Amino acid sequence: MRYLVTLKVNAQPDGPPPADLMEAIFKLGQEATEAGALLDNSGLAPSSEGARVEVSGGRLTVSDGPFAEAKELISYALYEVRSKEEAVEWTTRFVKLHRDLWPGWEGESDVLRLFGPEDFAPPA
Amino acid sequence: MLYAGRMTVADSHRAVEAVWRIESARVIAALARMVNDIGLAEELAQDALVAALEEWPRKGVPDNPGAWLTLAAKHQALDQFRRRDTYQRKLQQIGRDMELRQESAEAELDEALDDHIGDDLLRLIFTACHPELPAEGRLALTLRLLGGLSTAEIARAFLVPEPTVGQRISRAKRTLADKRIPIELPPPAELPARLASLLEVIYLIFNEGYAATAGDDWIRPSLCQEAMRLGRVLVGLMPAEPEVHGLLALMEIQASRIPARTARDGSPILLLDQDRSRWDRLLVRRGLAALRRAEELGTLGPYGLQAAIAACHARALTPEATDWERMAALYRLLAHLTPSPIVELNRAVAVGMAYGPERGLEIADGLRDERALREYAHLPAVRGDLLAKLGRAEEAAAEFRRAAGLTRNVRERDLFLERAAALCR
Repeated sequence: MRYLVTLKVNAQPDGPPPADLMEAIFKLGQEATEAGALLDNSGLAPSSEGARVEVSGGRLTVSDGPFAEAKELISYALYEVRSKEEAVEWTTRFVKLHRDLWPGWEGESDVLRLFGPEDFAPPA
Repeated sequence: MLYAGRMTVADSHRAVEAVWRIESARVIAALARMVNDIGLAEELAQDALVAALEEWPRKGVPDNPGAWLTLAAKHQALDQFRRRDTYQRKLQQIGRDMELRQESAEAELDEALDDHIGDDLLRLIFTACHPELPAEGRLALTLRLLGGLSTAEIARAFLVPEPTVGQRISRAKRTLADKRIPIELPPPAELPARLASLLEVIYLIFNEGYAATAGDDWIRPSLCQEAMRLGRVLVGLMPAEPEVHGLLALMEIQASRIPARTARDGSPILLLDQDRSRWDRLLVRRGLAALRRAEELGTLGPYGLQAAIAACHARALTPEATDWERMAALYRLLAHLTPSPIVELNRAVAVGMAYGPERGLEIADGLRDERALREYAHLPAVRGDLLAKLGRAEEAAAEFRRAAGLTRNVRERDLFLERAAALCR
């Protein structure tokens, strides 16, 4: 099963992330890759460099970032694992690094299952 | 664990099991190095799992669960050795070693895990796939030790009774112990043969799943995922071996077709008839990248070549865009490396597409006396297809009927009979 894990930040101290954190994230990513679990991941540039295309009340609008939300989406990861709990475990390790290595940082990860061929299996 | 307060007992057990799935191979591998016995290492690791199931739901998952499990298993080992007189000698040997390190055990264990873990895992994989073991024993032991699958899960995946799998595993462990097969990396001279044996096990696991991508029990197709996971683990452990990348590429490219290869009624859809928009692009992309790495590392071996052949399909947005000439050349290389009538038959198909049905038929006709293909439905099916393209409808229909008589797959038989009927219209 594949899971998409997003990371959103609510609050973070001024300045760049600590080098320790970046190194630990890199190491965890390597470990998850070597465990065969992490298929793809990337950090995301600030939404000020992005745009939003929206339909509302039958009207299509395109607006440039930054988006108004308090929470900024800053990265994603794509895992292939055998259970939701495994995806949650990898995600917990990832979020824990932020808690332990960047005091004052607050944020959240969503763990979402991707549909796979098993969801479209022919009826037995 | 952050959300422990809201978890039920069953939830927290599943969470512990997820950690187990992630960590068990490394824990067993580290223990196997210490006690020099795979069966015992697994038992000890299982004991540690039981301890974790008891303790973690109350106290939370420790920061380094892998090290926790290994340490718990180590303590179990000490206890056991102290109790059992028969293990007196082992106790002395291992106990001395352990007591020396006892003081800073945990910190040191972290370090030991980091230092040795790659080698430990490799040693464990090579031992589980040792050529002294029968193929079915290698498969079961690999899934059990490296995949963390339970005996029941393996039994379901291979459609055999649970006790049978249990026997295969215990027999394999006994063979390893009886023959005193050391848990070590193969010496350089043996590496190519031992690596081939290991890759074969992984590809067998993959094919077992690939052959079963229809039906309602997804544990069988999930063997494909498990095999790909093992392939990815192996790529991390042996990044310089082109065939390791080649096998991963082959599995990822083949698996990319899983969403497209079965119709809603369960009947198979042939590769050229598949809706390519349903191919899994992520797997295609990863598979092609793995193939590139294999090519960069040196000459392609049998897996790399098969991956390169599969890539000819994966790169083509439509069947017409397939580079058949390249594929025919790759099949020639593959036939040279691993001569087999089945490879030759596949070459006949590629040559037929690249240079015309007549040329393909020449090759296929040369295979008619092959003993190995006497009962093989695809020989008459390929000949039927080539004959049909040459306008020799009657001969073609006869070949498809022959193919229908040979196959044991009901859906495939229907497919052949349909083609025969269409030719007679």
